[in-house]
This record gives sequence, structure tokens and C-alpha cells, in this order.
Amino acid sequence: MTASTPSASHHDLALIVAANRRVDVVMASVGILILMIATAMLAAVFIDLVASGWARLVNPDFYINFPSRHPEEAGIISAMVGTSLVMLTTAVIAIPLGVAAGLYLEEYAPKNWLTDLIEINVSNLAGVPSIIYGLLALGLFVYGFDLGETVLTAGLTLALLILPVIIVATREAVRSIPQDLREAAYGLGADKWQAVRLYVLPAARPGILTGIIVGLARAIGEAAPVITIGALTFIAFLPPAPLQAEPPFINFDWLTSPFTVMPIQMFNWVSRPQAEFHINAAATGVVLMVMTLAMNALAIYIRLRLRRQQR
Amino acid sequence: MNPVNSLPSRDLDPRRFQGASEEFLRRRALWNQLAAYLLFFAAAASVLVTVGIVYVLIRDSLPFFQQVSLGEFLTDTQWTPVFENARFGVMTLVSATLTVAGIALAVAIPAGLGLAIYLSEYAHPKVRETVKPLLELLEGVPTVVYGFFALLFVTPLLQIFLPGLSGFNLLAPGLVMGIMILPYTASVSEDAMRSVPMGLREAGYALGYSRFRVASRVVIPAGLSGITAAFILGMSRAVGETMVVAIAAGQNPNFGFNPLEGAATITAYIVQMAMGDLPHGSLAYQSVFAAGLALFVITLVFNLIGFYLRRRFREVY
Repeated sequence: MTASTPSASHHDLALIVAANRRVDVVMASVGILILMIATAMLAAVFIDLVASGWARLVNPDFYINFPSRHPEEAGIISAMVGTSLVMLTTAVIAIPLGVAAGLYLEEYAPKNWLTDLIEINVSNLAGVPSIIYGLLALGLFVYGFDLGETVLTAGLTLALLILPVIIVATREAVRSIPQDLREAAYGLGADKWQAVRLYVLPAARPGILTGIIVGLARAIGEAAPVITIGALTFIAFLPPAPLQAEPPFINFDWLTSPFTVMPIQMFNWVSRPQAEFHINAAATGVVLMVMTLAMNALAIYIRLRLRRQQR
Repeated sequence: MNPVNSLPSRDLDPRRFQGASEEFLRRRALWNQLAAYLLFFAAAASVLVTVGIVYVLIRDSLPFFQQVSLGEFLTDTQWTPVFENARFGVMTLVSATLTVAGIALAVAIPAGLGLAIYLSEYAHPKVRETVKPLLELLEGVPTVVYGFFALLFVTPLLQIFLPGLSGFNLLAPGLVMGIMILPYTASVSEDAMRSVPMGLREAGYALGYSRFRVASRVVIPAGLSGITAAFILGMSRAVGETMVVAIAAGQNPNFGFNPLEGAATITAYIVQMAMGDLPHGSLAYQSVFAAGLALFVITLVFNLIGFYLRRRFREVY
């Protein structure tokens, strides 16, 4: 090509290309460097926790003991049980509510101001700091509705906290279902609710499941709202068991029991000046991290499987 | 006004269901209506949550503002609610919050932008598929764990280089928070950059730009509103973060922007009070809600600006 710009000789072009390539190599390396630092941080956090907490992690008593004034004897059984019970409550409340809301917003909502209000609302709630949910619970649930500092209050609070996560995940999952499926359902004689319940919802299940898992993983690690409602940090007993020997075989006393959860136990231990308690805190942190990383990894795996299926 | 569209009367048309009784169709229509309304109420519940939050924050801090003037609340530089001569200057807490958030953003903005540029302009799609889950894992670590890390690993490490650093300080939690919100700012920025049409980039390449030049001169200006949204939303997260600062920054409210000393942020104060004995209705109890109200207003402003910007960048393309 003859040069239409008189100054563009072959040598000049080569210089420009070489300079561009140098800049690109540098910038790509910067990007990779940032990535490596972030990964190194994650690894550093995990390794630091495992190394600090090793003494208690390998001691089986840690998992079955109650908290104690003596750091070598303190364990996380009450925290683990509390976490499980609170998570159960959270799931039972948040999943139906969140999935229903997501289905409404995607399948039923007309394009009017009310729908816009609800959508803005959900986005806003996603950005509200978690401790504000704690204040909501303190003012409204603990004192207003007089539910007290119980498992039920904590479950309700955390359910509200992760509600936006589940709603958004449900919406994305339902949105990605092709319209053909619904048309096929209508063609077979389904009405709207049958189409949603029997065709759309099952198809959206993996996506919704991903959202639920991510939401619950987040709820497990949240300490701030639960502290605010008054979860106690020195619980040397377990809430009453849900199953019992006499009829009716299930009781709900555990819902109204005081409790503690793992992130709070960790916070309590790390706030003590004695270094021995920090070992316990580190060990609790490892348990927490393993749980949340496993749940997040599961969610990512489900999402990848889903993407592969859709291809 | 009907919140539910496409009600089943259209679907349950007798012409489609030949031979079905009136009774059957009417019953099905009723079930459909019930289902639709139930779903609507579930969605409307989210509005109730917001109403609840605003109601509780205002109701429980109103008595506070009857005793402490708004002027004093906003301008006093001491926050000593439990002392004999109680002072209630929320700026004390806000200064600490802003300092930590500022440090976090100083880490998260360059790193997030750099990472976003790398992921959207340079990285092989396979790399991106591996990196994004990794960032999600980073985001999923519980914040108490980051707090522990900041207090017992980062602070001693920094003290090697900065001997004047006290045990509780704002620098360590700020840095850790920066890495904590990095995945969020990186992914929102990257979404903004990826939504810029390929044509614009190709125009840059046709002019002989390097990838970096395309990224900085074409893509970033084009996606600017989305990128700004990412940082504002990141700021909102940093302001609202509780456990990292409660553990590593100490619980001593002191006014100032010195990152080498510990100071209580709004969130740390609320947690500290909640852990102690809070007689319902006392001034200390109300001060918690007043502080919470201040926090809510700050994050609300950031969130609204951020969402508005995000919507704008989605509409343009």
C-alpha cells in the first residue's frame, strides 16, 4: 500500500508496533500481578488461620466442648449447633419468600410504577449494610414484636438480609429460560400457574439453587446483625433438640431459645487480650472458611454444569 | 390498578378446553388468581422491609434528637455517650469510617480497574472463566475472618515497616477491606467495559492503538458511568462494613483521619454498644439508632447515585 501519509515509513511503523507491544506486555503483567496478589491474600488468610489454630483444630475436644474460661478447654459445639438451627430457620423463611418474589417479578409483573418501585427496592436492600438489618431486628423483632433474643429472630433477620440475593438469582434463572418452553406448556393446555409451577420453575432450579447456596453461605458468615439482636457469646448450653422421644416427636422450643453462632464465637475470642483465645478464634475461622468456601465452590460448580447443559 | 397481568381468564378460555365444565374452568381461574396474588405479596414484602428499616431507625432515634440537637450531632468532635458529660458528635465516628473507606478505595480502585482492564481487554476467555470464580471465592470469605487477619497478621506485618503503628489502627483494616471489595469493583467495572461495543475498540485498533491505549482512551471513557458506579457502590460497601473494623480498628471514638491510630467507626460503635448492656429506651440505646440512621443515609445516598449511574450505562448501549 502506498503511503498516503508521507511520514509513515516501514521503520516508523515497526517502532510504533514494538512500542505498543511493550506497553501491552507491561499492562498485561500488571493485571496478572494484581490477580496473583489477590490470590496470595486468600491463601495467606487461610494459611494464617490454619497455622494459628492448628493446636485446637487437631484436638477433637474442640468440636464437642462448650466455651469456657480456660482457652484449652473451650469448644464450639454450641456455636455449631446454633449456626445450624439459625441456618435452618433462615432457609425456611428466605427460600419460599425469595423464589416467590423472583417468580412474580419475572412472570407476572406488569410494567407499571409499582413494579419499578419493587425493583428499586430490591436493589436498594441489596446495598444496605448488614448491621442496619440488625438494628431493624432489634427495634422491631426483639422489642416491637417481642420475639426476644432467640433463634427465630436471628433466622428472620438473616432471611431478610439474603432475600435480595435469592430474588436476583431467581430472576436471572427464570429470565434465561427460552420462551419456547412456556409456549410448549401453553400448547399442551397448561394455564399460567401450571406453566410456571410445572415447567418454568423446574427448569430454573439449578440457577435458583446456586443463588440459595450463595445466600446461605453469606448468612453463615454474618456476625454483625446477629450480635446486634443480642446473641450471647458465652453460651454453655445447647438449645432444646427439635426431635424428642414422646409425641408429637417434634418440638419448636429451640426457636425461642437463646443461642450463639460461629462468627460471633470467633469475634468474641479474637477480642480477648489473651493469645491463647486467639488460637481458638483461628480454629473457628478455619471451620467457617471451609464451610463458606465449600458452599461457594458448590454453587460455582452447579453454575458451570448449567452453562454446559445450555450449550 | 391490577398488579398482576395476564390473568388466566384469557388462558382458561372455553374454546381451548372443549368439553370442560364451567365449574372446572372457574375453579382453575380462582387458583391461578390466588397464586398470582400470593406471589405479588411476596414481592411486595420487600417494600415492607424497607419501610420497616426506615420506621425503626426514625422511631428509635427521634427521642435522641429531642435531647441532642441536630447541630451538635453533626458538628461536635467528640463522641462520648456513656460518660457523665455525654457528647454526641457523630463526625467523630464518620471521620474514622471515611478514613478506612478511603484507604480501602485507594487499594480497590487502581487494583480493580487494572484487573478489569486485564480481564476485558487482554485475558483469554479461559483465563476469565477461571478468574471470575476465584474472585467470587475471595468475596465469600466471612468478614470476621478478614478482621482476624487484619488484627493478627497484617498489623504486626505493617509494624515492621511502620514502627509508629499502634495495635489498633485504621491502616490494616483499610488495606484488608480494599482486597475484600476488590472482586466487587473489578466485576462491576468489567461488566461496564465489556458492554462497550466492539466497533469502538476496532476503530481504535484501526488507528494503530495498543490494547492499553484502546482500553484507556476508548473503553474506559465509554464505560465511565458504569465504572464510576462500581466505585461508588464499593465505597458504600466499605462504609457499611462492620466486623473488620470492629476487630482491628479498636473501639475508641476519636476524631481525626490518622490511619496509624485506632478509632471507632459508626459500625464498630453500634456493635460495641449492642454487645454491652443496653437498657431499652436509654439515651445510649437511642444513640445507637441515631448512628444507624446516619449510616443508612450515607449508604443510601451512595447507593442511589451508584444505581442511577449503572442504569445509565446500561441504557446507552
